[in-house]
Amino acid sequence: MSLVFWILAAIAVLGGLAAMLLRSTVHCALALTVAFAGIALLFLNLGAQFAGFVQILVYVGAVAILLVFAILLTRGSEPPTHGVFSTTWLAGLVIAAAVFAVLGSSVLSSQRMLPHESTAPAAPVVEIGQALAGPYILPLEMIAVLLTAALIGAVIIALHEKEGEQ
Amino acid sequence: MQENLDQIFVLLKHWIVSLVPAPVQPYLSVLLSVAAIVVTFPLLFAISVWLERKILARIQNRLGPNRVGPFGLLQPIADAIKSLTKEDIVPRTADAVVHYLAPLVLVVVAFMGFAIIPMGRNMVLVDLDASLLFYFAMGASAEVAVFMAGWSSRNKYSLLGAMRAIAQMISYEVVLLLSSVTVVMMTGSLRLTRIVELQNQYSWGLPHWFIFTPWGLAAFVMYAIAGTAETNRSPFDLPEGESELVAGYHTEYSGFKFALFFLGEYLAMLSISSLGTTLFLGGWSAPFAFLGWVPSWIWFFSKVMLSICVFIWMRGTLPRLRQDQLMNFAWKFVLPLSLVNLIVAGLWRFMGEGWQRWVVTSAILIASYAALALAEQRQRRIGPRRYRYAE
Repeated sequence: MSLVFWILAAIAVLGGLAAMLLRSTVHCALALTVAFAGIALLFLNLGAQFAGFVQILVYVGAVAILLVFAILLTRGSEPPTHGVFSTTWLAGLVIAAAVFAVLGSSVLSSQRMLPHESTAPAAPVVEIGQALAGPYILPLEMIAVLLTAALIGAVIIALHEKEGEQ
Repeated sequence: MQENLDQIFVLLKHWIVSLVPAPVQPYLSVLLSVAAIVVTFPLLFAISVWLERKILARIQNRLGPNRVGPFGLLQPIADAIKSLTKEDIVPRTADAVVHYLAPLVLVVVAFMGFAIIPMGRNMVLVDLDASLLFYFAMGASAEVAVFMAGWSSRNKYSLLGAMRAIAQMISYEVVLLLSSVTVVMMTGSLRLTRIVELQNQYSWGLPHWFIFTPWGLAAFVMYAIAGTAETNRSPFDLPEGESELVAGYHTEYSGFKFALFFLGEYLAMLSISSLGTTLFLGGWSAPFAFLGWVPSWIWFFSKVMLSICVFIWMRGTLPRLRQDQLMNFAWKFVLPLSLVNLIVAGLWRFMGEGWQRWVVTSAILIASYAALALAEQRQRRIGPRRYRYAE
């Protein structure tokens, strides 16, 4: 484990902790963005360029903005009157620990099932593209259809409400 | 001699690096490249601010800055000193940490975009396998900085400006990506150096730039529109429309922090021009084969500055759009057209060499443009306008 790994891991973990412990919801969302960015940097540190850039593009660029919009549209955006840390930090800590335990145990058990590889797998973007357009074309198209359906559904819901008002 | 002049910066870097002991060399090499970027682009920022004030003034029949130095050339320095010495005011209710971090995040992200731009032959900081994806990832991160600035100021105008900016950036980012994807489809690579190499070929003395193909021209026009919107430039400058929102998301910033926002905005403009130059205008390649002796970096930077001048020209010419016009234009007009352009690019790829593909692809593009424009006109009942002046 190099020094770079520890720095990046600290960024990701501290971002995650802050997202759970802070009182203001917008601060939590911003801290979560830091955690996303830390995970993206970890991907890059592992040499997975595509995964790292897509993590930034999708999570920092889109999901974080979506979260923030959702928070601002609700009452959670009002700044807290006192204190920095959330009052429900204990519950949050327990839930986070439980999720971490489940994920950790599944990751540890999956490592035993995989064949041991001596060399680090390299995944250049070209190969990912060829795999997506070749053997994995059906799942890719299914995801595309699913996303289109979700998009049309969202538009229809928005349209319906507008008509109801008139 | 020509070879040396073309590679002057590369050779200079190698010479400086060779002066230090071997273990330090890779670090010094990276440090020098980063320093070059961090010095060059703020310098270009100063030049473009001066250019903008001068050209805008001429368009509006004024003189522009002419007191500081010859032709007002030292105006940027005076502005810099002024903004450095001004008081830095933070509103009492503002969220201090986020308010402090927002301009820093914006400028850092704007600088990161330059890391993958090939600015001349062998002149690129990191030659990533997926450099185009890296650029868009950095561009998307700028939205977070804009939100941080708008939200942390606790000011209605700031928040409204930030919301407008984010909505606009998200909408036009789709178009920006889709118009760039055509180039990726054609070259089969996300590596910007490879994209420039493929454009650096000549037949009959003319270059193979992508702008000189039907799909490339259409994609370039859409890229330019989306790039203007992405950088919040006029006519898409609603997020900071001074007649509506004071100054948008940076209303509550003063002194050096405001200067950082200003810098970030111009850096975004420079970097979007650099990427456009790389994707469509042949990057550092010369416009004619016989001009190949001029150093490559001169071509790159003159193309970038030329696009900056076009940005300024548009700002001096076009009025600001309304919010609904902005959104309708993005989602109902440019987006369908960019999807059509993807199909056209595919056709171009598989129709083979020959004149047929020029005719077919141009016909499809013109027909879909006309159909979309007519449909829009019908829907809004916009006919030919007749202007009547007071007699």
